[in-house]
Amino acid sequence: MSAVISAPGSSVVVRRRSTRVRALWLVAAIVVLVGLACLSVAVGSRAVTWEEIGLGVTGHVDTIGQAAVYKRVPRTILAIVVGAALAVSGAVMQGVTRNPLADPGILGVTMGASLAVVTGIAWFGLFSVQGYIWTAIVGAGVTAVAVYAVGSLGRGGATPLKLALAGAATSAALTSLISAVVLPRGDIVEIVQSWQVGGVGGATYEPLATVAPFLVVGFVMSWGCSRWLNSMALGDEVAAGLGVKVAGARACAALGAVILAGAATAVAGPIAFVGLVVPHVCRLLVGVDHRWLIPFSAVVGACLVTTADVVGRLIAQPAEIQVGIVTAIVGAPVFIAIVRRTKVREL
Amino acid sequence: MTASHDLAARALAVGYGERTVIDDLDLQVPGGKMTAIVGANACGKSTLLRAMSRLLKPQRGQVLLDGREVHSMRSKELARTLGLLPQSPLAPEGITVADLVGRGRHPHQKLMARWSRDDDKAVADALEATDTVALAERPIDELSGGQRQRVWIVMALAQDTDVLLLDEPTTFLDVAHQVEVLDLLTDLNRDRGTTIVMVLHDLNMAARYAHHLVAMVEGRIHASGTPADVLNAQTVRAVFGMDAVIIDDPTSGAPLMLPLGRHHVAEREH
Ligand SMILES: Nc1ncnc2c1ncn2[C@@H]1O[C@H](COP(=O)(O)OP(=O)(O)OP(=O)(O)O)[C@@H](O)[C@H]1O
Ligand SMILES: [Mg+2]
Repeated sequence: MSAVISAPGSSVVVRRRSTRVRALWLVAAIVVLVGLACLSVAVGSRAVTWEEIGLGVTGHVDTIGQAAVYKRVPRTILAIVVGAALAVSGAVMQGVTRNPLADPGILGVTMGASLAVVTGIAWFGLFSVQGYIWTAIVGAGVTAVAVYAVGSLGRGGATPLKLALAGAATSAALTSLISAVVLPRGDIVEIVQSWQVGGVGGATYEPLATVAPFLVVGFVMSWGCSRWLNSMALGDEVAAGLGVKVAGARACAALGAVILAGAATAVAGPIAFVGLVVPHVCRLLVGVDHRWLIPFSAVVGACLVTTADVVGRLIAQPAEIQVGIVTAIVGAPVFIAIVRRTKVREL
Repeated sequence: MTASHDLAARALAVGYGERTVIDDLDLQVPGGKMTAIVGANACGKSTLLRAMSRLLKPQRGQVLLDGREVHSMRSKELARTLGLLPQSPLAPEGITVADLVGRGRHPHQKLMARWSRDDDKAVADALEATDTVALAERPIDELSGGQRQRVWIVMALAQDTDVLLLDEPTTFLDVAHQVEVLDLLTDLNRDRGTTIVMVLHDLNMAARYAHHLVAMVEGRIHASGTPADVLNAQTVRAVFGMDAVIIDDPTSGAPLMLPLGRHHVAEREH
């Protein structure tokens, strides 16, 4: 036993202090996000003056510079909300499955959403953003259930690697299906391709307004489930002993995560690794309490995607690299690091 | 002092899927006392605790808490009265002791309510009662097995229930830590009047610390009563299929079981 310092009430002090530390991190992350958002509006393949930025943001489009700035505003907002949605979705999926590798991309959920949207475009003449979103959510949900079912087969239930493998296999299969759907349709190849790499480039206000309520619902569901997720992290038996209805809680949280992943994919295409990387970084900073982890992941996810978008605009001038590619470059090494760390425990 | 509760199983049958592990079992847990359940591996001890804490739905029969079926109670209401520490709980990587213990407060919190002063106090009390204040900010994965087991019990204390079911709380602990954990549970029973039901593998610890001893064999209760009534050579034979000599424990007066193997026993080796 370690030495015991019995200061009365000291644990209360400890708890208060850690709350303050977490709040500070959250505020710091928000400040960084605001800075990044300003940066995202100010820089791009076209250099603009301060005056043009001021006018462009307030809606003037008299010069090419102003117009460029004007177009960067919805793009920045889209990067923020998509990043937040994917990161929260990943945090919740990791919590629901107690699996450090869970992420809407790795579990195949974003590909499920993509296939649904692409099929909708090709066969059912899907065109409205509203239609994209609903279709994507249904596709995401069906895939999530299927991957979880496959990953749980056999001994030991849904272990992290089995689930990741099931997700990877499903993703691969869905990707070929998408090609099979798109190839014979020369007329939609371009729409699908630009959407599929994952981008926020062409953002306008209209789809943003359409997707907003979905994201709000998904976020509220996810955050609302955070105490259940905290209990389920201790194992289903402990959670049930603490009065959590485990099956219902798991379904509710997973639905929130699926709505977020589906809606984000519908407006920005599949963007990989945000949901995987961000919650891991956030756990190091604010700990494993989902009540903090979820909002903090939202802010950091927004920072990551905004940064990826800015970087993608700058490194390949005058062309642009899509955010999905930039996040994959950042995310793949992190994925490998996590696998290496968990392998010892799981195999 | 907490209210004494009446926990009982009536003609209980439980199992997994089609398979029945426990059939037609009757058990009355004495309120405000410590009960120990003993039995061989796979005889259904954990299954019985799961059924009593309604993790498993009975195939037949009922589990009653103060005369009400636990399966008809609201889950939070039950969780404020009856706590369970399962055999193998999980701790997420990096969780601190204070965070883990705080999660025991779940049944006392409203859906969207903030962490309250009552929660702070319950966590602080639980840490202090168990001399674990110094561990509060340590991550669980950095603790020894004994410290970790203690922290799980602290979490169960923070849940602040009148009835506490513990599945093998002393397994993996050295003898000193076993005694420490059982002393802690005895304090809890004496100071707060908590009704305790625990699965133990060490018959002698069970006989010393429990008021009421339940011996299970293949999903049935073979014998139950005071340790002096239950722990005898015939019971040991029936439960573990092993010969034993029972003497009086000179330190506590409880029965003390000395196993008889094939070797190192004077009269058997001639
Ligand atoms: N989740 C489960 N699914 C199916 N069968 C199970 C499950 N858990 C336990 N069993 C079976 O039920 C029987 C009783 O198991 P139980 O866990 O209750 O034993 P126990 O008395 O607690 O044993 P131990 O001392 O090893 O913990 C065993 O035959 C076991 O194989
Ligand atoms: Mg057991």
